Amino acid sequence: MTITAPSPYRVDASGYYGPFGGAYVPEMLYPNVEELRDNYLKIIEDPEFQSEFKQLLRDFAGRPTPLFLAQRLSAEIGTTIYLKREDLCHTGAHKINNTIGQILVAQQLGKKRIVAETGAGQHGVATATVCALMGLECIVYMGAIDIERQKPNVDRMRMLGAKVVPATSGSQTLKDATNEAMRHWISNPTDTHYIIGSVVGPHPYPDMVARFQSIISAETISQLLEQTGRATPDFVLACVGGGSNAAGAFYHYLDEPGVRLIAAEAAGQGVDTGHSAATTALGKPGILHGASTILMQTEDGQVTEPYSISAGLDYPGIGPQHAQLFATGRAEFISITDKAALDAAFQLSRLEGIIPALETAHALACLPLIGAKKDDVVVVCLSGRGDKDLATYTKHLEEYS
Amino acid sequence: MNRLTTLFQHKTADVLNVYFTAGFPQLTDTVPILHALQEAGTDLVEIGMPYSDPVADGETIQKSNQQALDNGMTVATLFEQLQGVRQQGVTVPILLMGYLNPVVQFGIEKFCQQCQATGVDGVILPDLPLEVYEREYKALFAKHGLQVVFLVTPQTSPARVRQLDGLADGFIYLVAAAGTTGAQTDMNADVDAYLSRTKAMGLRNPTLVGFGISDAASFAAASRHTTGAIIGSAFIRLLQNTPAQGQATAIKEFVAGIRP
Repeated sequence: MTITAPSPYRVDASGYYGPFGGAYVPEMLYPNVEELRDNYLKIIEDPEFQSEFKQLLRDFAGRPTPLFLAQRLSAEIGTTIYLKREDLCHTGAHKINNTIGQILVAQQLGKKRIVAETGAGQHGVATATVCALMGLECIVYMGAIDIERQKPNVDRMRMLGAKVVPATSGSQTLKDATNEAMRHWISNPTDTHYIIGSVVGPHPYPDMVARFQSIISAETISQLLEQTGRATPDFVLACVGGGSNAAGAFYHYLDEPGVRLIAAEAAGQGVDTGHSAATTALGKPGILHGASTILMQTEDGQVTEPYSISAGLDYPGIGPQHAQLFATGRAEFISITDKAALDAAFQLSRLEGIIPALETAHALACLPLIGAKKDDVVVVCLSGRGDKDLATYTKHLEEYS
Repeated sequence: MNRLTTLFQHKTADVLNVYFTAGFPQLTDTVPILHALQEAGTDLVEIGMPYSDPVADGETIQKSNQQALDNGMTVATLFEQLQGVRQQGVTVPILLMGYLNPVVQFGIEKFCQQCQATGVDGVILPDLPLEVYEREYKALFAKHGLQVVFLVTPQTSPARVRQLDGLADGFIYLVAAAGTTGAQTDMNADVDAYLSRTKAMGLRNPTLVGFGISDAASFAAASRHTTGAIIGSAFIRLLQNTPAQGQATAIKEFVAGIRP
């Protein structure tokens, strides 16, 4: 009998990834988190759940998403680039994979109401969408600043019947929307499920969300095998705010050391400018939103207000699994400035006819920086489409004319 | 002996605990407020260490936290302010309450040493997981004479209440109803049933009720089945609305009004 050593990159029985993770929640949230922790695996490993989940991913979300060989971009960069087209999911990003999974979990737990936080609005839209589908009440907290800069998604959520509540505390962005959603959950502990949009929060959220997003790398494996004859690429690139699309894109490659995992984080105006969201470059270990992780903070342990042109990456922490991938060196983290992300967004738009989300553009901006050779296979998780960012892109149109 | 132990040995009913945020409304208000609360007859005080992301707190305490941080309050500054208060005649038991991250960044060992040096009697760290407490903090707190307080809510299972009671040695902080601090808790039949149910468990620790206690009526209702109650947001609102020169008098009147 062989005993396989547990992966250092996956959650352990206590809810930790090495020193990161855990459930640092006040007692008011303990019963909710405990209920989820005690039931999530039982629920999601049930064959009936899996069959319903997969059917919805296929018939409602439009999976599998294509794996597209980007020939003109490949020629420009000098390597072989495949785009995992999560932008083609219903609602325009990978976020729907998680919300479909979690709404089914919420139903199993008998919850009547859903609360969520959102940054760019993609998770809010994906949550409002599945709530409409299942007939559950939906409340989405969104930073007041994000409501301004992501208006199309606010309108979409309202169209879908969700109540969008502005978070007016702190930096009025994703971090504060998350605080408000947690407060709402504290005040409504028995009938409400909190659909966290990323691989953050107390255990079991990071693991549960990663499992729902793992469909990204599961599909990549079979598609890559079909198109190239090999299942493993040389590189996988994804952007990291909290890190859910990266968690999904990396998932089945975590224990394949031959695959280099590249995480793009938002440098904002530059890592040293004081206007940045580059968590691993600027942060240190601490506790945020119920988990031990790496976060941007002052010397006194106050959480720093992050900045990025991209609302979805404007978060001062990263998921605990990503903190472990960073600390162990399993993944390489690259800081991408607003400007580099814009360059990459316009480049992809004009070379491949795909307008990416600003978040995704950060991953694309890593392409020239990773030293990929011509025959190397590089998979980029094209996490979302750029319609929601048109106002920002339009402001910069002249620079790229 | 720890001042909390002494307090609860001598007083088993109508115990009043008042919470205030360190460094609020002015950075240097911490110690004067502490003195005023003692003179007013408060049985124990809970000093909040401000945090940027206080998820268990409602708007009033959030804003006081932010203002204190804007004033420049830190864990280190708080200990500087508390230096010597015991020598200046402050005898009331002092608890420090706060979220874990600023404490961890300050250094947990140094934090405990400073608590002991300044005469802090206990701590409330609401987001400290029980198993982490047992594994990493318990021995350290004990070594420095720090008692620990755990929260219990109406949703906490009886088995877990027993577990928390077994590990706490200050008191049990009963959260009156689901919600964040400062919510208007209606001291209704549900709350009364929860408090009397908890009383019937015969916990080894004293119990103090918090969240939504704001005046004499809610204090009396909350204290019926418990050792006493905790007032936070209502006191913060008082500090917010009182001009600096009237602070000591206002505090005296406020505390007197809670237990007429």
